[in-house]
Amino acid sequence: MSEKKNGTFDFSNGPACPIPIANYPAVTMAHGGGGKLTHQLIQSMIAAHFDNPALTQLHDGAILPSNGEKLAFSTDSYVINPVFFPGSNIGELSVYGTVNDLTMCGAKAKYLSTSFIIEEGLPMEELWRIVQAMKAAADRCGVQIVTGDTKVVDRGKGDKIFINTAGIGTIEADRNIDPTKADVGDKIIVSGEIAQHGIAIMSVRQGLEFETTIESDCAPLNGLVDAMFEVSKNIHVLRDPTRGGVASVLNEIAESSKCGIRIAEEKIPVAEDVRGACEILGFDPLYVANEGKLIAFVSADDAEKVLAAMHQHPLGEKASIIGEVVADHPGVVVMKTSIGSSRVVDMLSGEQLPRIC
Amino acid sequence: MRYVDEYRSEAAARAFSEKIHAITTKEWTLMEICGGQTHTIVKTGIEELLPSKITLVHGPGCPVCVTPLAIIDKAIAIASMPGVIFTSFGDMLRVPGSSKDLLSVKANGGDVRIVYSPLDAVMIAKQNPEKKVVFFAVGFETTAPANAMAVAQAEKMNVTNFSILSSHVLVPPAMEALLSSGVSKVQGFLAAGHVCTIMGYEEYFPIAEKYNIPIVVTGFEPVDILQGIYMAVKQLEEGRHEVENQYSRSVSRAGNVPAQTVINKIFSVVDRTWRGIGEIPMSGLGLREEYRKYDAETIFDVGNISVKESPLCISGEIMQGLKRPHECTAFGKECNPEHPIGAPMVSSEGACAAYFHYGKLKK
Repeated sequence: MSEKKNGTFDFSNGPACPIPIANYPAVTMAHGGGGKLTHQLIQSMIAAHFDNPALTQLHDGAILPSNGEKLAFSTDSYVINPVFFPGSNIGELSVYGTVNDLTMCGAKAKYLSTSFIIEEGLPMEELWRIVQAMKAAADRCGVQIVTGDTKVVDRGKGDKIFINTAGIGTIEADRNIDPTKADVGDKIIVSGEIAQHGIAIMSVRQGLEFETTIESDCAPLNGLVDAMFEVSKNIHVLRDPTRGGVASVLNEIAESSKCGIRIAEEKIPVAEDVRGACEILGFDPLYVANEGKLIAFVSADDAEKVLAAMHQHPLGEKASIIGEVVADHPGVVVMKTSIGSSRVVDMLSGEQLPRIC
Repeated sequence: MRYVDEYRSEAAARAFSEKIHAITTKEWTLMEICGGQTHTIVKTGIEELLPSKITLVHGPGCPVCVTPLAIIDKAIAIASMPGVIFTSFGDMLRVPGSSKDLLSVKANGGDVRIVYSPLDAVMIAKQNPEKKVVFFAVGFETTAPANAMAVAQAEKMNVTNFSILSSHVLVPPAMEALLSSGVSKVQGFLAAGHVCTIMGYEEYFPIAEKYNIPIVVTGFEPVDILQGIYMAVKQLEEGRHEVENQYSRSVSRAGNVPAQTVINKIFSVVDRTWRGIGEIPMSGLGLREEYRKYDAETIFDVGNISVKESPLCISGEIMQGLKRPHECTAFGKECNPEHPIGAPMVSSEGACAAYFHYGKLKK
């Protein structure tokens, strides 16, 4: 919801387009929502066409061999309206987002690149604030921005500013994060209250005012992950539930690890004001974007230890074990609901659309 | 969260579940009218807590689902016109028309915007005097007051570039149409709490009387619905057929009179076609003669629209409670949330989408 991916492809000379044109002759916003249509677009059109061993891991980044060491390489583009929002801004987001993607590969982020696509007319003062925010964010994460590019497009051809960052990090030998390695019995930990970023953005866009301002949770997760690895080497999967939210990540892991997932609604931390906003806006917090949260799959023996370490870190104070990996219903996420019944938590098709009544 | 958590509590849900089990001796079929109730039933797994003798069928109360294809096609045609800003509630954007949906219009350069309130659309019109701003006014009695108010506001503020494409529908005539069809299996209704918040429940007494059927005005939280089911089953087991109000924290017998007044000022009752069901006499709201200048159907000439429904879709039977979504041969195959054939697969309130998303494990 917070991001949309733009892109154009020319199929005129290539093989037939794998996405049935009859259904979608043009890219719609639903293709950028982080749900099934996004996956279909990425997997059947892009990943399948570029096919190579590094890409097929479908991690948050690629893991590349280099002189006996392993490198992680990741990229992300940031398009968000408004560019300054409660709790953060596009500059910080573009640094933390890529640092987090590298962190979720088990890597220590080292270097970033950045590209700006700036719409004519953007106040210079705003650009300066964005650049300053990026510098401060990079310092906080211990990364350097070492190369970049700037383009300006006509007024009306961009949404103030689009930022792309790419990053490189090194993976320590004892960190083996792999989205296919969730094991039956693993506990699933979420690092804090979910859905804050998406609701912060929606509230601004819709002009909703609550008793308190809901702020984005935008934050770098590298310190929290370091604290987790200090107490356990049995962290199997890490993922930051950004676009598409917690539900999409759990579905992706259930599918890639070929296992079932069971979670309990009452264990999922959601702040009171965010719950209220979700009720008003007609959203399910499980599908709302986060920018400073992670989901970890940890062996049952180490789960309490990891949880305790997370509780000691400012970004993990409200961490909670929300469920576990099971052998039943592979590929499907089942949730025990608040009334003690159960239901499937599916992946959304496109964007979560507000309901009529 | 106060006033919400109480109605989602496991203990309260279990208590009603046990009470329902204790009184149920025969097989009963109940229909919840409103799509919001269907959504809660499937999302929270209420059927798991009911005795197997009780069958819930899902009613026609999903505004996205019953809006006729011809109106959707008109919306798409208007939204595609230059100089138009087309505004709508979010989930109407993905409803399939004969050949495409409103999201595709947006992707092709149409100015289609999601609004949360029709009054926002009036403001957009005021801010864009060179454009024609259309609001897609769909829904039941629940959304009618706000939509009527938008027209009243446009008149008051002298906003002349605002219009609505109206396809409002009314619940009681649809209930009568179902009951008088002769094929209905429904033995009790959970009436739609929010509709009754506006309209009250006076209108249901003659229906309960004429068709010997219990009608329980019911809310939307899981415990509301379990209590509504309990009240309906209790009536059936005791041989009663009355109108009862489970949702008294929101609904009064007379309803919201100022809201009814604004509806009556702007709209009059008209015949209406329901997607999948057909025309039901006096079952909709249309703009009164004196407000026709706000009627998008009058303002825009979209030519002859020829409508093409998929032959696979059985949404009409589903919305009348004659069949359940997984009994459709296209369910989850040709028709799925990515490529909906019928409207009930689109909205999260639609019975088919609700079954698809939440019910995978027990087909």
